[in-house]
Amino acid sequence: MLGYSIRRILGAIPTLLVVIAISFFMIRLAPGGPFDQERALPPEIQANLMRAYGLDKPLPEQFVSYVGNVLRGDFGPSFKYPDRTVTELIASGFPVSLELGLKAIVLALGVGTAVGTLAALRQNTRTDYAAMGGAMVGIAVPNFVIAPLLQLGLGIYLAWLPVGGWGDGGWRNTLLPVVSLALPQIAVVARLTRASMVEVLRSNYIRTARAKGIGERLVVWRHALKGALMPVTTYLGPATAAIVTGSVVIEQIYQVPGVGRYFVQGALNRDYTLVMGVVIFFATLIIVMNLIVDLLYGLLDPKVRFD
Amino acid sequence: MTTLPPPERILRALSAATLLGLALGLASAAQAETVLRRANGAEPKTLDPAKATGNWENHIISDLYEGLVTVDVKGQEIPGVAESWAVSPDGLTYVFKLRRDAKWSNGDPVTAEDFVYTWRRTVDPATASEYASNLYAIKNAEAINKGEIKDLAQLGVKALDPHTLEVTLGAPTPYFLGLLTHYSTFPVHKGSIDKAGKDAFKEGHLVGNGAFKLAEWKPQVQIKVVRNEHYREAGQVKLDAVVFEPTEELAAAIKRYRAGEFDLVYAASAPADQVQWFKANMPGHMRIAPQVGVYYYAFNVTRKPLDDVRVRRALSMAIDREAIADKILQGGQIPAYGIVSPGTNHYPEGAVADFKAMPQAERVAEAKKLLAEAGFGPDKPLKLTLSYNTLEAHKKIAVAVASMWKAVGMQTELSNSETKVHYDALKQHDFEVGRAGWVGDYNDPNTFLFLFQSNNKALNYSAYSNPEFDRLMDQANNTLDLGARAGLMKQAEAIALRDMPIAPIYYYVSTNVVQPYVKGWEPNALDHHLDRYVSLEK
Repeated sequence: MLGYSIRRILGAIPTLLVVIAISFFMIRLAPGGPFDQERALPPEIQANLMRAYGLDKPLPEQFVSYVGNVLRGDFGPSFKYPDRTVTELIASGFPVSLELGLKAIVLALGVGTAVGTLAALRQNTRTDYAAMGGAMVGIAVPNFVIAPLLQLGLGIYLAWLPVGGWGDGGWRNTLLPVVSLALPQIAVVARLTRASMVEVLRSNYIRTARAKGIGERLVVWRHALKGALMPVTTYLGPATAAIVTGSVVIEQIYQVPGVGRYFVQGALNRDYTLVMGVVIFFATLIIVMNLIVDLLYGLLDPKVRFD
Repeated sequence: MTTLPPPERILRALSAATLLGLALGLASAAQAETVLRRANGAEPKTLDPAKATGNWENHIISDLYEGLVTVDVKGQEIPGVAESWAVSPDGLTYVFKLRRDAKWSNGDPVTAEDFVYTWRRTVDPATASEYASNLYAIKNAEAINKGEIKDLAQLGVKALDPHTLEVTLGAPTPYFLGLLTHYSTFPVHKGSIDKAGKDAFKEGHLVGNGAFKLAEWKPQVQIKVVRNEHYREAGQVKLDAVVFEPTEELAAAIKRYRAGEFDLVYAASAPADQVQWFKANMPGHMRIAPQVGVYYYAFNVTRKPLDDVRVRRALSMAIDREAIADKILQGGQIPAYGIVSPGTNHYPEGAVADFKAMPQAERVAEAKKLLAEAGFGPDKPLKLTLSYNTLEAHKKIAVAVASMWKAVGMQTELSNSETKVHYDALKQHDFEVGRAGWVGDYNDPNTFLFLFQSNNKALNYSAYSNPEFDRLMDQANNTLDLGARAGLMKQAEAIALRDMPIAPIYYYVSTNVVQPYVKGWEPNALDHHLDRYVSLEK
């Protein structure tokens, strides 16, 4: 398993280099630069800034020196926040994004599997239709619609929860962003769980378990659930990607100080180094998460071997 | 198995705990500090006065530092670190006497040397200060910033003694004292910069000389400043602390204000529906004041047919400014028929476009006639692209103007792009008609009229060039008598309004949402407010 992991990580390096190259040149192709703004700068001041950030050199030269710096772990200073390095900014945003993302995943898995299992056990009843109908809505309505509705309802009309901001990361501040981020994933997980649960409940080993006279509760908890969770585990990889991309929107709406918000601001500000840093960071994160999912798969399914 | 306590005992314990909790809560409320909570628009990029550029940075920096000249609660210039100054008869030399009780937040005295150090640092090309041009009035500043003079000591600023600063200007600049209220001229502390390097403007290192000092900076979460006990008038500062939150989404910030989470929201360019909502539901909360700024459409005079003054004039006349201000914006904006905002200092009365007095119907008829003279009509309609940066308010105005232009027989294509792309195109004169706006850096007509000087490479989007206009501006800026200077500037403005390189549309207003219990905060023309005057009377 260790050998497999190392091979996968080494295999990811060319992928990352391609990601770096594509995004480096793509953001440079975008019209407008980091120093274009409503109050245009006199040419000599613009020149001083370009020189200070090394933007006066030819693009290929900038690329080579950028990749060299990245390999040394230096993502450079942010253009928009000149006193801070990109590493500092990501380091300050990541714990927040991580907390938000982990809570959302845990919520999605917990509620999603519970709803899915319930629907499967009560197949073709009103409970089932209601749960699956709700899930359909959850998948269809994007979270940038749900989030403002939650803000309006719970934040303003009922005034139970803060509308935005992160504060010290207490539950009152985190609840709405976590729920908004998790809702679409809850829906997907519920549908996946229901489908595979229905299938597993009809399988031979469940029939055997029931024939042996084991209680229904035990059948579901001990035997059916483990089998039914396989597709959900597979979905964890895409779910992480969805949570990462979803956080970009959710962090902006709820003013959560995470990496996603830096990404949006960085792109709009043409903060080349910040955007590059976040892209590399997200890409690495998704590669690592996919690896973890594959390894988890091996733990759940004895048929999978890494050699 | 343990026995459970009887219910009465649980109740008793619970009520005791509740009472204790209440008592603790009351005690902490009694000692609670007075904190002003501000929705500040955006995350500051830096708190280095030489590198900051945004209004949200200005709000914080004005709490942390104080310039030679500062402002009172109405935004009027009053002595700051300098207690007095003398100006030579030729207007070229200023001698400032510094207060002896001016101190840095670490207790060091603020000296004339600090200003010499700061201003040399700002114009040093290696610092790459975006606002270095604010110091160009000082002798040799521009040449040093352009790299033409390498020796920083050539800058026209000298410490005669620790409390006397002599500044030599390149040309008499009547708005020089006003410039000194701008944060780009505020002093920075050499010792902390030498020691902390690029961390010198962060939490734990920043040394300022303002009424507050930096206590906490959680990026993207909040900045907290607390009262600076070394400030010369610390005893008169009523707030214990100010918390600034970066609130990029105005709508979200206003939701939080309504939920009582903010005392003050910086609400620049609040959309009409928000303005109306506040008028109807929370009257008195939204504070709107005329601001030194103008919203305009630039005509690219290098492109045909916009090189024809008749076409530019026709397009400008066809815009119904009253309709835009009263029906679309609804936020107290003033229709603009001139370039310089009314109420600008040193400028009792500006020039206005000659068609101001005409009713709109007459203007439309006149515009049609001008376009016909220029060779356009039903068989050969005028077609132009109107570009603006993506924002709902800009779009509404563009759509309205396009329909006004349709009434004079012109076909307008609307094109929007994000801010950076739009301004890049304007700067490169790659547009036909382009939306732009300008908010003065200082309260003087020069901050508007210099936009149209032919040597203003960056901001003269229209590429307008008129030797007579340039000559009048040069003459005005070398005229000491303020009345004569205003007269020359008015002549220059009249020429620009005759040539119409731009169509001014409306004068800006500043918009803030302020809780009624916030006292010591008054709307003013530069939207300049110091938290040291603010108190909360809840």
